[in-house]
Amino acid sequence: MYRDLKWKIPLILAVVLGAVWLAYPLKEKISLGLDLQGGMHLVLEVKVEKAVEASLERLADEIKRGINEKDLEVDRVKVSFADRQVNVRMVDKLDLPPVREVMQDYHFFSLVSEDSDGLGVVYQMSVDQVKQIEQNAVSQGLETIRNRVDEFGVSEPTIQAQGEKRILIQLPGIKDPERAINLIGKTARLEFKLLDEENSVQQALSGSVPEESEVLYQRVENKETGAVTKDPFLLKKRTVLTGETLTGAEVRFDSDFNEPYVSLNFNSVGAMIFQQVTRENVKKRLAIVLDGNVYSAPVIQDEIAGGRAQITGSFTSEEARDLAIILRAGALPAPVVILENRTVGPSLGQDSINKGVTSIIYGGLLVVAFIAVYYKLSGIIAVTALFLNIVLLAGALAYFGASLTLPGIAGIILTVGMAIDANVLVFERIREEIRIGKTVRAAIEAGFSKAFRTIVDANITTFIAAVVLFQFGTGPIKGFAITLCIGIAASMFTAVFVSRAIFDGTMSHRKLDKLSI
Amino acid sequence: MKIISSETHFDFMGKFRVAVALSGLLILIGLGSILMSGGLKYGIDFSGGTLVQLQFKTAPDIEVIRDGLKTIGLGESTIQEFGTKRDILIRVQRSEEKLEAVGSQVRNSLGKSFNKADITVERVEMVGPKVGRDLREKALLSILYAVIGIVLYISWRFELQYAVAAIIALVHDVLITMGAFSIFDKEFTLVIVAAFLTIIGYSLNDTIVVFDRIRENLRRKGKSTLSDIINISINQTLSRTLLTSGTTLLVVLSLFFFGGEIIHDFSFALLVGVLVGTYSSIFIASVFLVFWDSRRRA
Repeated sequence: MYRDLKWKIPLILAVVLGAVWLAYPLKEKISLGLDLQGGMHLVLEVKVEKAVEASLERLADEIKRGINEKDLEVDRVKVSFADRQVNVRMVDKLDLPPVREVMQDYHFFSLVSEDSDGLGVVYQMSVDQVKQIEQNAVSQGLETIRNRVDEFGVSEPTIQAQGEKRILIQLPGIKDPERAINLIGKTARLEFKLLDEENSVQQALSGSVPEESEVLYQRVENKETGAVTKDPFLLKKRTVLTGETLTGAEVRFDSDFNEPYVSLNFNSVGAMIFQQVTRENVKKRLAIVLDGNVYSAPVIQDEIAGGRAQITGSFTSEEARDLAIILRAGALPAPVVILENRTVGPSLGQDSINKGVTSIIYGGLLVVAFIAVYYKLSGIIAVTALFLNIVLLAGALAYFGASLTLPGIAGIILTVGMAIDANVLVFERIREEIRIGKTVRAAIEAGFSKAFRTIVDANITTFIAAVVLFQFGTGPIKGFAITLCIGIAASMFTAVFVSRAIFDGTMSHRKLDKLSI
Repeated sequence: MKIISSETHFDFMGKFRVAVALSGLLILIGLGSILMSGGLKYGIDFSGGTLVQLQFKTAPDIEVIRDGLKTIGLGESTIQEFGTKRDILIRVQRSEEKLEAVGSQVRNSLGKSFNKADITVERVEMVGPKVGRDLREKALLSILYAVIGIVLYISWRFELQYAVAAIIALVHDVLITMGAFSIFDKEFTLVIVAAFLTIIGYSLNDTIVVFDRIRENLRRKGKSTLSDIINISINQTLSRTLLTSGTTLLVVLSLFFFGGEIIHDFSFALLVGVLVGTYSSIFIASVFLVFWDSRRRA
């Protein structure tokens, strides 16, 4: 009758040993969630529409140049972001056919209409192309952020796309979250622009900004008082050189004042342009602009060959280091905004662990004591099953690589409380069967088989709720859902299979007249 | 050992009027409280906003903190103690990009009245309004999907009326727990939604054990009425119901008292939910079965 113990016991041992092997040592095998070990969870949204706008602007420039190269006079090329259109207007009607020829090189632009005066044509960018640009913006943004984080030095960061235009970043154990945000969130668009020295800044500030120029500011922070002032600069709109041609950026220290600055290296194209610009503009000022902020605007003393430049400013060496990192990693193709930020300090995390463990121990001891008193020897079997349940839970957590969160700990505690339910159902059934006069052996047999269906039905509903929670939950909630799911599955195995095997094992050696239950 | 004698014969069905009246009253009080406070109180997960948890070396004066926050335009924030007098939670109903560095901003703004080295930023949570909307939608959907999944399962394993009765019981439990949340002025967050889903699962677990026994007893019913069978079934499963609730309550209480401030509301929800869930599986769920049956006969 108990022959099946021959395979049941080895199976149980194998499962339990497997779980121990998976989970031991706990500290290495089970990773802690951000809420327990401290760290930062960020969700960014990539402003993909900005990438489309930038692309339209660049294309408009390119088209204008293309037409100019044919010695035709362009009146202007107007971009309309809202409907992704480019309106090319010529001075002479006869020039329109060659414009169309130029436009044939851009397969993703289709002719929408012709201006009523016959001087212009309107082209629209295809939806597919827009999608393509948006996808690229996200994937490149992801890559750039990954590079920045790698250089910043965080162990085991998670950086992945979420949905169509969101990026999820998890940085465990980070010590300076705000610095990390600055590093990740900066677009880092580096531009070199010449100052408009023919017009006055004052006039521009009072409202009359020349068409080809713009006013940008330099933030100056007084290190002692912390007061921030903004100095206006009148710059030519045209960007002479961008950060795209950079090959390197590193922190150097000024030999006179020992102040940090960032030294830049350009590739050959960048070096050539830089040399040409400096040659043509000696004694004029060239502004270095990062994300629309002027960093410095030195006077060009002489033609600069060799493709080197430097950004000075009143940096701390940390700021200079971070600036060099983001310049090396490159600019984000589109700006990002932070949608969600959850940061937990390491001491709070440790505190949560301590409290979680405390409540597991107290709760567990209470349940164990109660069950042992209530069911006597059978209670000990239930407690053994409960203990194995937790071992299996730990093994499964390690196997699935799920990280333990604070709600996850709550899930374990709940499992302890609820896992006992399966045993209670069985034991109450056995008691009933004994009351109606069955022998111990028959009562155990009937108790397990009758309770089994109830246990399955009752647990599956909780399981459904937990699976849904796992599907829709984020972060810590997922941790809760997964411990609950595993806990339910494990409790069915331990209560039904293991407890049964222990009962049968005891029965096989001697004949019992009375059951301690 | 036994807590209740093995052969109980409580007349649960006879008390159903009292039970229904009591439940109705509890639900009404809860809904009244929700209405009076202008709807459920959403935490930043759902409403969007920023939360900063600070720890001070010695207990600070909240008004002094507020004065400090005023200098950075956050004077309207909610400031409260969090567990101990040294732990302070600051809630801002805004979540602009400029609040990115809100942790250090807050800390700096307090630099005049306190020693900055005595203040630790323990936690910063910022949820943008868009994400808040998304999360709210997701939370509602998850509860909806869970309920649909459970109804399907119960209708498959039992019959439709059991599924409907189980749903009534769980809606009952969720409504009362929600009411308790409103009365105790607690906030709805993602973690609380997780607690509610657990309550749903737990409440059903309990209900189904009773239903399972009803189904079993119906097969050999003889001349007994449905109402009698239900009574017998509830009595037969009573010690199990109380035992399981008891052990679950033990661990939930342990979580409530030792688990720390962060999951305090979570354990509160479970505490109420487990109590109400146990009550409803005894008194509420089965009432509906009798009601359904009598309607069909009429």
